[in-house]
Amino acid sequence: MTERELVISKIREGTVIDHINAGKALLVLKILGIDEKTRETVSLAMNVPSRKMGKKDIVKVEGLFISEEKLNKIALIAPNATINLVREYRIEKKFKVKPPEVVRGILKCPNRMCISNAREPVESIFYISLKGNEVVAKCHYCGRKISDLAKFII
Amino acid sequence: MRHLISIEDLNKDDIIRILNKSEEFEDVALGKRRSRILEGKILANLFFEPSTRTRMSFETAMKKLGGEVINVSAQEASSIAKGETLADTIKVVSNYCDAIVIRHPLEGAARFASEHSRVPVINAGDGAGQHPTQTLLDLYTIKKEIGRIDGLKIALVGDLKYSRTIHSLIKALTLFETKIYLVSPPVLELPKEFLEELGGDIEKAELDQIVGDVDVIYVTRIQKERFLDEEEYRKVTGSYKITLETVKKMKESAIILHPLPRVDEIAVEVDYTKQAKYFKQAFYGVPVRMAILTEVML
Ligand SMILES: Nc1ncnc2c1ncn2[C@@H]1O[C@H](COP(=O)(O)OP(=O)(O)OP(=O)(O)O)[C@@H](O)[C@H]1O
Ligand SMILES: [Mg+2]
Ligand SMILES: [Zn+2]
Repeated sequence: MTERELVISKIREGTVIDHINAGKALLVLKILGIDEKTRETVSLAMNVPSRKMGKKDIVKVEGLFISEEKLNKIALIAPNATINLVREYRIEKKFKVKPPEVVRGILKCPNRMCISNAREPVESIFYISLKGNEVVAKCHYCGRKISDLAKFII
Repeated sequence: MRHLISIEDLNKDDIIRILNKSEEFEDVALGKRRSRILEGKILANLFFEPSTRTRMSFETAMKKLGGEVINVSAQEASSIAKGETLADTIKVVSNYCDAIVIRHPLEGAARFASEHSRVPVINAGDGAGQHPTQTLLDLYTIKKEIGRIDGLKIALVGDLKYSRTIHSLIKALTLFETKIYLVSPPVLELPKEFLEELGGDIEKAELDQIVGDVDVIYVTRIQKERFLDEEEYRKVTGSYKITLETVKKMKESAIILHPLPRVDEIAVEVDYTKQAKYFKQAFYGVPVRMAILTEVML
């Protein structure tokens, strides 16, 4: 742990999301549904120097073990994110996020003529795949393919 | 098969099964044999965009198999569309029929409809999206007129960029062992991302180079609106026009197809050559749609 990371206090129990692409921490919170109604203590560090990534963001949520399924959605915008589950100040489990095969309601299709953008009771559905290192999503309804997914988070 | 939404939902076996079934219905389509196989069934034609050919050929196919058809005109459909969601329309209409044929201006509308329908949904075109029954009848025409699909050399000519007919057809053809030539003006080339996704033996070509070698020339309309001005349009389209000169260079056994309507990409004189099969292709729409209707309803 570097000195700088100590800026954020240690948590006793909870979820630490490390190695988030610099600048994407706020979107990570959005994907996790963490907003002004959240009661947990949430700390966030942006543009922290990192040996592996140059700069990175970190999010720490105290007292909450976020489900793996939910955490994997982070891979859409931060494919290198590492999840650390902390118990009694120690890291109990560590894993890399893995993009889900299907995501519902998180991405918005950029195709104006797509039924998913019509005034219908419809939730967007995208199929996720990897093209090299890049995460690519394909609309279930119109087949449109998108990459650089941060732009399309609802 | 429950719904027919996209050609990509079908594998090669599905396609071959449907083509074989179509063949069995050909004499019914021609009026040589009577069939009541869909007696008691009702098909709802739900066209949110005008279409004469596709709607009529579904209606003919259904009626010749002893079934009934209820039509919602484009005008009625558009007033329904103002009043309620497509989801609600489908939930209601699917109570009145045994299958729905839908054409809609929005991409993915047919898939969405199938998710709200109690009965099978057949996509008859969803905007720039899919039109799988056209693809099946194109394949059927090739199979009937040449005897096979595997091993053929096929030139796709015209608007390869925007034509949904072409996009679906290429996907289906790559399931077979075909050699595909792409012949189009540079501004109307097949999109790169699309090409990257395809397997198969595909290359760009000029019509002159391949005309004597191919088994099928599939021509699509080049729309004026795709060009900056009339002059540019004329200049470009001239070299993609099929004339008697073109036909002379073709193999005796080769065929010319077109999804119709044509404007002037095939000269009228060509209609009388034995290579011209586009009107036959329009006829084949009936047995192929018969096969599709029985496939989803029985
Ligand atoms: N109790 C804690 N409270 C808050 N954050 C913690 C706690 N323990 C570890 N962390 C943070 O979790 C992340 C991973 O910690 P770890 O000690 O595994 O570092 P590391 O060896 O650099 O791991 P990695 O290889 O994943 O980068 C770091 O960002 C660290 O600051
Ligand atoms: Mg580290
Ligand atoms: Zn879409």
